Amino acid sequence: MVETALVDWSRLQFALTAGYHWIFVPLTLGLAVIMATMESIYVKTGDEFWKKTAKFWMKLFAINFAVGIATGIILEFEFGTNWSNYSWFVGDIFGAPLAIEGIFAFFMEATFFAVMFFGWDKVSKRFHLAATWLTGIGAAISAIWILIANAWMQHPVGMEFNPDTVRHEMVDFWALVLNPVAISKFFHSVFSGWMTGAIFVIGISCWYLLRKRERRFALASIRVAAIVGIVGTFAVMFSGDSSGVHAAKYQPMKLAAAEGLEKGGEGAPFSIVPGVEIPGMLSVLATHDIDGYVPGIEDILDGYTTSDGVSYPSAEEKIARGKSAIEAFGRYRELRDSNPEEAAAAREVLDANIDYFGYGYIDSRDELVPPVDLIYWAFRVMVGLGGALLLLMFVVLWAERRKRLEDMRWLLWIALLSIPLVYIAGQAGWIVAEVGRQPWVIEGLLPVKAAVSSVSVGAVKTTFFLFVAIFTLFLAIEMRIMIKAIKHGPNIEQ
Amino acid sequence: MKRTIVNIWNFYVDGFKQMTWGRQLWWLILLKIIILFVLLRGFFFKPTLAGKSDEQRSEYVGYQLTERE
Repeated sequence: MVETALVDWSRLQFALTAGYHWIFVPLTLGLAVIMATMESIYVKTGDEFWKKTAKFWMKLFAINFAVGIATGIILEFEFGTNWSNYSWFVGDIFGAPLAIEGIFAFFMEATFFAVMFFGWDKVSKRFHLAATWLTGIGAAISAIWILIANAWMQHPVGMEFNPDTVRHEMVDFWALVLNPVAISKFFHSVFSGWMTGAIFVIGISCWYLLRKRERRFALASIRVAAIVGIVGTFAVMFSGDSSGVHAAKYQPMKLAAAEGLEKGGEGAPFSIVPGVEIPGMLSVLATHDIDGYVPGIEDILDGYTTSDGVSYPSAEEKIARGKSAIEAFGRYRELRDSNPEEAAAAREVLDANIDYFGYGYIDSRDELVPPVDLIYWAFRVMVGLGGALLLLMFVVLWAERRKRLEDMRWLLWIALLSIPLVYIAGQAGWIVAEVGRQPWVIEGLLPVKAAVSSVSVGAVKTTFFLFVAIFTLFLAIEMRIMIKAIKHGPNIEQ
Repeated sequence: MKRTIVNIWNFYVDGFKQMTWGRQLWWLILLKIIILFVLLRGFFFKPTLAGKSDEQRSEYVGYQLTERE
C-alpha cells in the first residue's frame, strides 16, 4: 500500500501546476476575442484609433502568452513521473490529445501569431484580421483535446480496458469526442476565459480613468470588453447548467458534496449558504424537474433507486465487486499462458465487474466522500463571484453608455479590484471539478492512491517546492512586465 | 515556390529584427524552456516507466495494480 503522504504531495503538486497553468489560459482565451473584435471594428471603420487600441491589448496578450507558454508541459512531466500507473492504465487518452494539442497549437501559433505581430504593414488588413481571429480560435481549439481527456476521467466512455496490455483502448472515437461532459466542459472553460479577459480589460481601463489618462481608449475598451464579458457569462451559465445535469447523472457524489446534501430525495433544495435554501431548486438544476430525484451523500453510500426505477448499489457492494474485479484481473494475468480455461473464467468475472474496478482499492465507505466543506464553499465562491462580476459588467456598461462612468470613482475602484476576483472564481471552479471527483482519478475505475507512482515522498516534496519557487519567480516577472506595459499605456492621442 | 519560401523566411527575420519590447519576452520564453526541459526534465522528472518495453510496462503496472489492493 502506498503512503498517504505520497498521494497527498503528488496531488498537491499537480493541483499547484494545473492552477498555475490556469492563470494564463483564460486570459489568453478572453483577450484574443476582445482584441480581435477591436481589430474587426478597425477593418470595418478604417479608424486608426481602433488599430492602436487592438495593438495595446495584443501587447498584454503577448506578455501573458509568453509567461504562460509551456506551463502545461509540466503536467505531462508529472504524469510520467508521479502518475505512471495512471498514464499507462489510461492508454492513449492523454498522450494522443496532448500530442495533437502540442502540434496543433505550435503550428497555429507559429503562423497566425507571427502574422498578428509581424504582419501589420506586410499583409492586407483582412488577412491580418483573419490571423488575429485564428490565433484566438486556435487557442480555444487547442483546449478541446485536453478537456476531452479530462472529461473522459470524469465520465469514461469510448474506451475499453485490455487486461493483457493493462491499458484502455479506444473503441469509439466519436463517443470520446462527443462525450457530453467534454462538450459542456469545453464551453464552460472557454467562455469563463471570455469573462476573465473582459474583467481584466475593464479593470485596467478603469485604472486609466482613475488616473484621468487614455480616456477615449479606456471607454472604448470597456464597451467592447463588457459586451464580450456579458455574452461570455451567459454562455458560462448555460454550460454550467448542463455541467450540473451531467454531474447529477455521472458523478452524483460530486453534486451531493457541492451541495453538502447528506440525505437527498425528490424536490431537493438548493443551499445558498448553510441554513438558507430554495426548496426544489436543486432538483430543477440537476434534473430540470422540480420533483426530480437527487441522491444525497448517505443515499449514494447506502445505494438508491431513482424516480425512473434505476437502482444503484451501495458502497459496500461496489467495493466487493471492485475487489472481485482486481482479484480476477490478477488471476487472469497469472493463468493466461498456463491455463487458458481458468483465465477465460477470470476474464469473465473481470468484465462483469470492470465498472467497479477502482472500488476494489477503497478500504472504507468514508473514502468515497470528497472533502465536502471545500467543494461546497468553492462552488459558492465560483457562482457568487460569477454573478457579482456579471452585475458589475452590466453596471459599468450602463454607466459608460450614460456617460457617467468617469464620475463614479467608487465603481472604477470596484472594477479595478475585481481583476483578482475573476481569477479566484476560475480557480474555485476547477476545485469543484477536480476535488469534487475525489477519490477518483478516473471515475469508478482508478482512485488516486492506485494511480500514483512508487516514488519517494521526498522527491515529490523537492519538486513541489522547486515549482513554488519557479512559478513565483515567473509570475513576479510577468506582473512586472505587465504593469510596466500598462503604466506606459497605449499612448493614443486623446 | 522558392520565392514563397524566401518571402516567408524574410517575413520572420524582419519581424524578429524589428522587435522592441518583444525581445525580452523571447528571452523569457528561452529561459523558461531551459528551466523546464534541461533542469526539471533532465534532473527531476525521470519517467518512471522509461527504458522499459511495452510488455515490461504492462507487467510493471499490472503488478502495481494488483499488489495495491
